[in-house]
Amino acid sequence: MVRLPLPALAALALLGAAAPAAPAPGRPPTVARDPLGSPLWALHAARLFAGAPVVFDPAVRVALPVIAENQHIFPVAVDARALGGVRRIVILADLNPIPVAVDFAPGGAAPWLALRIKLDQRTPVRAAVLAGDGRWHVSGAWVDAAGGGCSAPPVSRARGDWAEHLGELRGAAFATPEGTRLRFTVRHPMDTGLVENVPAYHVETVTVAMAGHDPARLTVWGAVAEDPAFTLLFPGRPGAATLHLRDSNGREFSGRVPGPDRP
Amino acid sequence: MRPRLGAATRRQTLGALAGLAVGAAAPLQGETFAGRYALRPQAVAPGLWLVRGAAAPMAFANGGAIANCAILATMAGPVLFDCGPSRGYGAALRALARRLTGRDPALVLVSHLHPDHALGAAAFDPALVAALPETIAQLERDGPAMTDAMFRLLADWMRGTELAIPLRRLTPGLLELGGRRLHLVALAGHSGGDLAVLDEASGTLLAGDLVFHDRAPATPHADLARWRAALDTLAALPHRLLLPGHGPADPAGRAIAQTRDWLDWLSEALAGAAAQGLDMVEAGAQPIPARFAGLAAARYELQRSVAHFYAAIEAARLPRID
Repeated sequence: MVRLPLPALAALALLGAAAPAAPAPGRPPTVARDPLGSPLWALHAARLFAGAPVVFDPAVRVALPVIAENQHIFPVAVDARALGGVRRIVILADLNPIPVAVDFAPGGAAPWLALRIKLDQRTPVRAAVLAGDGRWHVSGAWVDAAGGGCSAPPVSRARGDWAEHLGELRGAAFATPEGTRLRFTVRHPMDTGLVENVPAYHVETVTVAMAGHDPARLTVWGAVAEDPAFTLLFPGRPGAATLHLRDSNGREFSGRVPGPDRP
Repeated sequence: MRPRLGAATRRQTLGALAGLAVGAAAPLQGETFAGRYALRPQAVAPGLWLVRGAAAPMAFANGGAIANCAILATMAGPVLFDCGPSRGYGAALRALARRLTGRDPALVLVSHLHPDHALGAAAFDPALVAALPETIAQLERDGPAMTDAMFRLLADWMRGTELAIPLRRLTPGLLELGGRRLHLVALAGHSGGDLAVLDEASGTLLAGDLVFHDRAPATPHADLARWRAALDTLAALPHRLLLPGHGPADPAGRAIAQTRDWLDWLSEALAGAAAQGLDMVEAGAQPIPARFAGLAAARYELQRSVAHFYAAIEAARLPRID
């Protein structure tokens, strides 16, 4: 079933309101026309990119499953290795109440990231990549999803055992032909603040330090799925990695992943 | 029709408003839902018909009619095995059974909780609808959310479909009705309660969703170890013909082995993906072996299965690092 009228109309209305035909004085029309026709693109673009140039670029590869089987745990993998000098990768879902899931500064890691996010309804899911050319390269797709990804309690809250496992870290490094893949998970409820009587409480920053590389940094919001799982890719065969996480209550967690078993 | 906004549920209110709009002289919307279930019975044995579902993911385009149903004639009235995704489907199936047998259904067997098999019960007197106790418990727990999800996906196809919990609780063993002897087998693995039925007269095994045929198995409530054990039980039951929950009738004894092959491969593929450090997107994008090329919805079901199982597989595999 493909029915576009409502979002499309809203998009037209919004694009019309922010029409580049007659830009406000001192505010250049830098927001390119959204190929996904999202009703909230103009709003997010103005806020996220603050006037920097934006291009829609299929060189940013956003891999998504064909179906959002579980709107609480929707996997997204972004590969921006085709671009040079990547400084930031922002992953967002336009129609989520918390649109941005992560802001990733790869440092010495490859501009590649896999994670799991929440979807609160049918929405575009995108990656916006700030490359060495000073432009934001944006790619993504519409994803159909049932409601409630951000507004239903996490499983560990419903079960009641979240505090017993808070901050438990698991992880491993894997040698691949493309480099060393670092995969880690942390037990955390990632409360959005949108569930009755449960204030926002989520992992806020993740720093990954690998010997011989600049650290990779992630800024994280409540739109990341409960018990976050991240995968990063480091060039070559580095040794052990050190993880530091801080959550929105100031609680800190750290861990160490030994280098991959196989050379 | 007068909508009682205070007392009505949202669904009833919407239905009532839709009714008013249709009756009004100048409709607000030019679009009128015209979906009809066109059921094509296939006679597979004396007094036994298979009604095939579409070999596709559930979608508005197929009205959710993706599961197989069966109609078994008895002198007391036909027995239905599964009843489709909606009240509209259930009503169409009841009319078809009456046309084929000349009688109204005497019994509706719901094989398991999944909505493509169970929600058509809304078209029948709940006293005629029967299921295993485990299925009834799962329907009570998950039925409301599944019904909501079906309304989101199927919209007007679901009109009037209220969750109907079967009132008759089945016990395994012989069920004799109107001269037809049915052996009820209580299993599990595809879901918490999976009913299979062996029709003694024709030697036909109605396997429900324990067996898929030329269509990839779905796993939202699956326990793969129990599912394999259930396949062992089914394979040991002598039968001449098998009707799977999805896909064509199987006279050649292939479908049980094909289902087992997929489940075995799925377990290995997910464990292998976790061992390589793949993320969920990558685990769902891995190549599907050529021997499964004839299975409909294979990529779709692999990615659903990743969503069902991967986080737990990974949690069991990744070591603590804190």
